[in-house]
Amino acid sequence: MTTLSFPIIRRPMHPTGVWSWITTIDHKRIGILYGVTAFALFILGGIEALLIRTQLIGPDRDFVSAEVFNQLFTMHGTTMIFLAIMPLGAAFFNFVIPLQIGARDVAFPRLNAFSYWTFLAGAIILNASWFLGGAPNAGWFGYAPITGQAFNPGHGIDFWIIGLQVLGIASLAAAFNFIVTIINMRAPGMTWMRLPLFTWMTFITAILLVLAFPVITVALIELMFDRKFGTNFFFTPAGGNPVLWQHLFWVFGHPEVYILILPAMGIVSEVLPTFSKKPLFGYPTVVLAGALIGFMGWMVWSHHMFTVGLGPIANSVFTITTMAIAVPTGIKIFNWLGTIWKGSLDFRTPMLFALGFIVLFTIGGISGVMHSMASSDAQQQDTYFIIAHIHYVLFSGAIMAIMAGIYYWFPKFSGRMYDERMGKMHFVLMFIGQNLAFFPMHFYGLDGMPRRIYTYDADMGWTALNALSTSGAYLIAFSFFIFIFNMVKSWRKGEKAANDPWDGRTLEWSIPSPPPEHNFDEIPTVHDRDDWWARKRGGVKHGVPVSGGSGEGHAIHMPQPSFWPIVVSIGLLVGAFGLIYNVAVAGIGGGIAMVGIYAWAFEPVNEPDEKQPAHH
Amino acid sequence: MTQQAHSADAHHAEAAPVHTGHPTPGTYFKVAMALTAITALEVVVYFFEWLSYGIIPILVILSLVKFALVAMFYMHLRYDHKLFSTMFVAGLVLALLVAFALLALFKWFI
Amino acid sequence: MAQVTAASHGEHEATTTGLNHRKMLMWAFLGSDCMFFGSLIATYLVYKGKSKAGPFPEDVFSIPVTSVSTFVLLMSSMSMVLAYAALTRGNMKAFRIWLASTVIMGATFLAFQTFEFYEFANHEVVVECNDPDAADWTDLQAKVGSACGSFVAGEETEVTIGEYTVKVFEEDGHAVAETTAGLTPRTNLFGTTFFTLTGFHGAHVTLGVIWLLSLFFFSFRKGGVTPKRNLDVDLAALYWHFVDVVWIVIFTVVYLFGVFQGF
Repeated sequence: MTTLSFPIIRRPMHPTGVWSWITTIDHKRIGILYGVTAFALFILGGIEALLIRTQLIGPDRDFVSAEVFNQLFTMHGTTMIFLAIMPLGAAFFNFVIPLQIGARDVAFPRLNAFSYWTFLAGAIILNASWFLGGAPNAGWFGYAPITGQAFNPGHGIDFWIIGLQVLGIASLAAAFNFIVTIINMRAPGMTWMRLPLFTWMTFITAILLVLAFPVITVALIELMFDRKFGTNFFFTPAGGNPVLWQHLFWVFGHPEVYILILPAMGIVSEVLPTFSKKPLFGYPTVVLAGALIGFMGWMVWSHHMFTVGLGPIANSVFTITTMAIAVPTGIKIFNWLGTIWKGSLDFRTPMLFALGFIVLFTIGGISGVMHSMASSDAQQQDTYFIIAHIHYVLFSGAIMAIMAGIYYWFPKFSGRMYDERMGKMHFVLMFIGQNLAFFPMHFYGLDGMPRRIYTYDADMGWTALNALSTSGAYLIAFSFFIFIFNMVKSWRKGEKAANDPWDGRTLEWSIPSPPPEHNFDEIPTVHDRDDWWARKRGGVKHGVPVSGGSGEGHAIHMPQPSFWPIVVSIGLLVGAFGLIYNVAVAGIGGGIAMVGIYAWAFEPVNEPDEKQPAHH
Repeated sequence: MTQQAHSADAHHAEAAPVHTGHPTPGTYFKVAMALTAITALEVVVYFFEWLSYGIIPILVILSLVKFALVAMFYMHLRYDHKLFSTMFVAGLVLALLVAFALLALFKWFI
Repeated sequence: MAQVTAASHGEHEATTTGLNHRKMLMWAFLGSDCMFFGSLIATYLVYKGKSKAGPFPEDVFSIPVTSVSTFVLLMSSMSMVLAYAALTRGNMKAFRIWLASTVIMGATFLAFQTFEFYEFANHEVVVECNDPDAADWTDLQAKVGSACGSFVAGEETEVTIGEYTVKVFEEDGHAVAETTAGLTPRTNLFGTTFFTLTGFHGAHVTLGVIWLLSLFFFSFRKGGVTPKRNLDVDLAALYWHFVDVVWIVIFTVVYLFGVFQGF
């Protein structure tokens, strides 16, 4: 074995402190890294939103300039979608999936670390633009030709392009990892129809990611070539067609919204049964509806482009497919209602957030069906009505569900209980705040207020409702102060959590809180859909208690920490800045990444024991 | 992730699906000859101007056959687990559908 | 690459399906890469025939030359699969020979592509003014030929026709018109989409050549590439064959269909 090693730096065998986090390949630690980083970026995106709302609190204000306003809404959208909701989802994938399927880690632990560090690199690139000549300013879907060199000569768009490419690499690596993990690392007896719902939705999300991201990669490459090399993809004088950008973006962009919402649906499908003391109603239907959403998500993208002038046939086709995709979503909602129907409900914070999700997500779904109709959408396109819709599905939908998930799994990942009173206060204030902020948008949207204008005139009649929206935004911000206080305080000195504080159903509750490094002393054998629940109630006669948490005793070989994932990510980071500023620097970045890849390839997953003969 | 390392396991892992006779170098050579012949045919067809638009279906079919030959024999999909075929074909079919939809949206077929 | 052996020292980890993690990852990646090339090809087709200025495919393509490079790439696939077969039989010598020939053929394909790119970028159009087959001229050739009117025996004249500067001169007693009509990614939509699509395919081939070359050199180290650890080669081979099938599509869709206008 030693002949194979590639000794540039000694392997960190037992790192401590900061190094242990930098070199970690433990899925639980990576999950926590993802969660904390993504939450910090969520706060950043939230501050951008507050600045936007402060500007719009009244008519004719000049709190920020029009240009800064453009940068704010672009970065708010990009940050919330790519740097907050997606990686917050990834935090749950990382922490929860191996525990739910009864595995000791993901299939590719080092690739997992690479995903995180590359995500961080992408976040750094995007946000560095603030300090290097201005952030991107063309909206989160960056329509051509406003992103072209002629109309946008600064580096903002370059940061946006390269940042999204790097984030794409991170997401793709993570998605491949989770596809293989879920197919190939399920515990014995964990058949597809016994798979926990969150794992199912993650699986579908990962498939969508793997198929959708190459499309945006191509679109961004084309845009980059237009800007860097003067190609003609979106250059109209040479016959280039900006509508192609819209198509490519939304071919990716619509599956992307399901990438954002499916994990949220998975979380809700875990929380509701647990706090209703009932199995999930219609489990196969919920799975099938999820798969259908994933499939049909590919057939609806042009509903973002109804006003482009695609013609009556295209508009009709996409109207019909868009209306049809509401059906599997509706099926899920009815299944959730069926789950809580006649359950013995326990209104803990996670349950409150999950219930809030159902109510508010349904409102967002209904406004979605309203603009699924091309004729009706012509009135709503690019108004605040659309902003209301996206915030009801992504904030009141995805973020509410993510909050449910954070409270639900907090005892598991921290080993402590959160403060229930503060949790409920957070829920109440956030619930009120978001309705104050987003519900009035329906009205001034339909009244014609366009999105992305940096100010409006006093006699438009939008003043009062805008002030209401802004006060709602401040209320949301306040509710998050409570959340952060609760998290920090509880994580440090909260009451110690039991292994299974919620009387849970899935395998993660069968092991200690927080889980030992190797998760399961013995890999469990699964006999039931809600296996842990059944085992606790004697439903499985041969059920073996899976964990005593003794930890060290067995000769369990966990993968060892590694430097190389972060080295490759640093190479990508340097290379990305090189692509923007200087090709030679890009070469250096590529070189660093190359060294990292070779060293990674030649580094064994775990070092062999000394006593074992190196027989290869 | 390690079955291949143990020869006994390697056999087990590789042989998970039914092996209908391992392909031999002879098979690979025959496939190569078929690929060469089809490519030659494609080029010949290309120079038949009287076929006009008729060469489109001919060339599509010929290149599909080539594609399938490489995927089934050289990439061993014919002998491997069907999950691998599913993964590959899913991407392939979706790419085709999206491409066709885009062409239709750009009034390509009218 | 070495992780396969290494993990075998740990406890035996059976996978749920009995399939190897890394091989499954490779297939998922190839499915994903289908979408990548699908988007590039779709872009090419959407813009086919939409270029506002020449040169067009029929002006620059040389089907015989590209057929040869296509043949070379197809044969490299055969050589790759034979290398893998040799490795599984334990015949290291044959493995190295076939692997080296795969690398050489891959490099040959890249050389062809470089030549072709260079040729296109400096494309010269030469027409004989009294060509009996003038009826078969492409638009570009006809455009260049229209300069023949300014032919003065024994002299070389320069005429500007549209964006081209055409030289008209006498060669072997015939009047000849000649110009440089280079195709670059900036020239027109055809250049933009053609170079991007084939360029990314070329980048895939380059990566494959580096990968195979690494395996080749690594095979000389003790325990570097062994019949038991054939998966390392299997994965590289899958990637290589995928690059080959993508070229099968590009050869048909871009080159052989290149002649059709408005399609």
